[in-house]
Amino acid sequence: MAYSFPEEVLEHVFSFLSSDRDRNAVSLVCKSWYDIERWCRRRIFVGNCYAVSPEMVIRRFPELRAVEMKGKPHFADFNLVPEGWGAYAYPWIAAMAEAYPFLEEIKLKRMVVTDDTLELISKSCKNFKLLVLTSCEGFTTDGLASIAANCRHLRELDLRESEVEELSGHWLSHFPDSCTSLVSLNISCLGSEVSFSILERLVARSPNLRTLRLNRAVPLERLANLIRRAPQLVELGTGAYSAEIRSDTFSNLADAFSACKQLKALSGFWDVVPSYLPAMYSVCSGITSLNLSYAAIPSTDLVKLISQCQNLQRLWVMDYIEDSGLDVLAASCKDLQELRVFPSDPFGAEPNVSLTEQGLVSVSEGCPKLESVLYFCRQMSNAALIAIAKNRPNFIRFRLCIIDPQAPDYLTLEPLDAGFGAIVEKCKELRRLSMTGLLTDRVFKYIGSHAKKLEMLSIAFAGDSDLGLHHVLSGCDSLRKLEIRDCPFGDKALLANAAKLETMRSLWMSSCSVSFGACKLLAQKMPRLNVEVIDERGPPDSRPESCSVERVYVYRTVASRQRLDMPDFVWTLDEDSSLRYS
Amino acid sequence: MSIPQEHDYIGLSEPLPSEKSSDKTTAAATPSSNVGRNGVFSLKETELRLGLPGSEAPERKGGIGIGIGIGVSLYGKDESDCVKSGAKRGFSDAINGAGKWGLSINGGSEVDLGKKGGLNGSSVKQEIQPVEERKNEAAANTAPASKAQVVGWPPIRSFRKNSLATNTPKKEDVGGKSGMGTGCLYVKVSMDGAPYLRKIDLKTYCSYTEISSALEKMFSCFTIGQCGQGLAAKEHISESHLMDLLHGSEYVLTYEDKDGDWMLVGDVPWE
Repeated sequence: MAYSFPEEVLEHVFSFLSSDRDRNAVSLVCKSWYDIERWCRRRIFVGNCYAVSPEMVIRRFPELRAVEMKGKPHFADFNLVPEGWGAYAYPWIAAMAEAYPFLEEIKLKRMVVTDDTLELISKSCKNFKLLVLTSCEGFTTDGLASIAANCRHLRELDLRESEVEELSGHWLSHFPDSCTSLVSLNISCLGSEVSFSILERLVARSPNLRTLRLNRAVPLERLANLIRRAPQLVELGTGAYSAEIRSDTFSNLADAFSACKQLKALSGFWDVVPSYLPAMYSVCSGITSLNLSYAAIPSTDLVKLISQCQNLQRLWVMDYIEDSGLDVLAASCKDLQELRVFPSDPFGAEPNVSLTEQGLVSVSEGCPKLESVLYFCRQMSNAALIAIAKNRPNFIRFRLCIIDPQAPDYLTLEPLDAGFGAIVEKCKELRRLSMTGLLTDRVFKYIGSHAKKLEMLSIAFAGDSDLGLHHVLSGCDSLRKLEIRDCPFGDKALLANAAKLETMRSLWMSSCSVSFGACKLLAQKMPRLNVEVIDERGPPDSRPESCSVERVYVYRTVASRQRLDMPDFVWTLDEDSSLRYS
Repeated sequence: MSIPQEHDYIGLSEPLPSEKSSDKTTAAATPSSNVGRNGVFSLKETELRLGLPGSEAPERKGGIGIGIGIGVSLYGKDESDCVKSGAKRGFSDAINGAGKWGLSINGGSEVDLGKKGGLNGSSVKQEIQPVEERKNEAAANTAPASKAQVVGWPPIRSFRKNSLATNTPKKEDVGGKSGMGTGCLYVKVSMDGAPYLRKIDLKTYCSYTEISSALEKMFSCFTIGQCGQGLAAKEHISESHLMDLLHGSEYVLTYEDKDGDWMLVGDVPWE
């Protein structure tokens, strides 16, 4: 079909489309557009590494430059996914290294990455620029050394919260002296020391360095020297923020900070000695993001710091801040958009700090732009939740974790259905919700009726019956990810809403009442869903079909349902509907 | 592409719409006899039933609504052993019989739970043990169970848990307890002039005098020269003189606190 526009023009037009959704839409217009688009797509996001195969991706998009991928389900963060389940990066990297010699960026989350994988990247992709490994595992500092040594144009190396086996601190020295391209370096997850002089030299020869996140092993005395070499920093993660109290250390540090006119984000702060916090005061007015979630400092010191940060948009802090501190936050930081409060003593029987639902109520009242919350506390009431919902209908993410997962409204002893109901009713733009507390099927009815934009829902120890799950699956139009643990949800709701599951990325259910028979049925009925039964008690067909499975993970896929890397505790349905396991 | 389904949820028993795949699968009929002859699934097995066969549902905290019975997991050979209970998997149930759990009860944040699949597996296996036993306990237990831990609760990432565990707690200022109740608290002990250091578990001692004598014993080999390695000083010191050394002013117990200062042991009350 003859087009009046030459391909190049269309390509140029498409190059302005950055969102995947737009590009996907464009590719559906006609064959010609599909073809043009696929040749000029440079970035791809794969939300579930098993939803598609590397070959399919490569076949469709022959010229990718950036790949972002996620592996294990979210609950893997809390040890609910047994070790060895999967999410290996190597097969993807191996295929892509061959197909995309010009690959520049790789971002992986919750995947198993080996040293071989890293070495392969470093040797195959000559123009490699960016590596972000979030919550990954399986590699050692040797792998990092290959990246450092071979990636001549490396700009970003970000190891967010990954588990790295640290064989030596000398991997940093593998960055050649000629490497001056670093823009971002995040080694905050590493436990052991790195050579400070090497670090200093690396920082000194990286004029474009914007983000530097050190690890705990970098002592405070060294921080001033490092910062001094990089006054252009925008994001800084300190190491341990403690030292003997000495005026020269302090003034060194204060001077170094005051030279950083562009600093916007601060993190790190392990082992804080509060007397050193004022050294940072000169930069506080510019700070928009502050992560004090590892800092065990009393509320008074926290408050002194926070009240200096008038432009704060994001605060992560431990519950040492207490209600009183949150009151001050509410009064001082009117631009606050995101608040996360982590528990300092999550396993203690009694509260160790005075942080209650009141703190959250205050912040919701005082901060008009607050849209994202993660809050750990020990008590909650419907009244508080209703107030919060009224105050802040603009919530996008609301995650509440009460330490006792089935705690009722502590004032009335009723379930917290009404409270969460108010949240979903008032917050029409809510995209993510995690709930805890005593919750019955009623809360799910509210969610099904109101939470039309909800994309991700996490449920634990809640509900009475399948009706609860049914409400969610049938009512939440935008649902993409549903993760459930320890709820009495079973077969009926699942099977009744089988088709819904194909519109979602994934469903996780562990310690629920889903029978093996239902899993088989679901898999038979829905050929484009992979129904993984994850059970460490041996083959499910050695037990009656009505027995519940330990965990089931259902996800849509266009790849084979028999992934080749299944461990022996994962079962999926084979093509001839017999049970297949390794 | 969700297929609109009309069904009366409570009385769900009509067959689900047949699809292409179901035709293929009729041939390989599964033993559960869920597949009808025309390739359509019937859900007799999963039909709702009120009035459960067998035992009562365990106590629930303030639940409402009808207790609709759904199959519950049970590792049993005989189908009739699969007791159906409508209870939500109560938190108190889950942590009942804390002794059965393979997890450390003392705030095992230092133990990275579940990283080993085996550990996870064993804990879940124990949970699945005969429901009768568990429910009897549930009936007897009106008070919430002791502080045993449930896998993955509270939902905190390992990295953060580990950081918390090694976070030196700020003493009285933040009030109350100092972080995790860990299983053991090993500290390094060095003696001036000794060729190597020792580690002791502070939790195994109850007082300063205990520590003192334990350390004496530990390090006595260096001063007397009885050490197997024979690295200690060769001076012939009489034992009594030696004890004077240890008890007297020659050796004192000091520790380095988190600020890096050397402190004399004994000032702060043992707790």
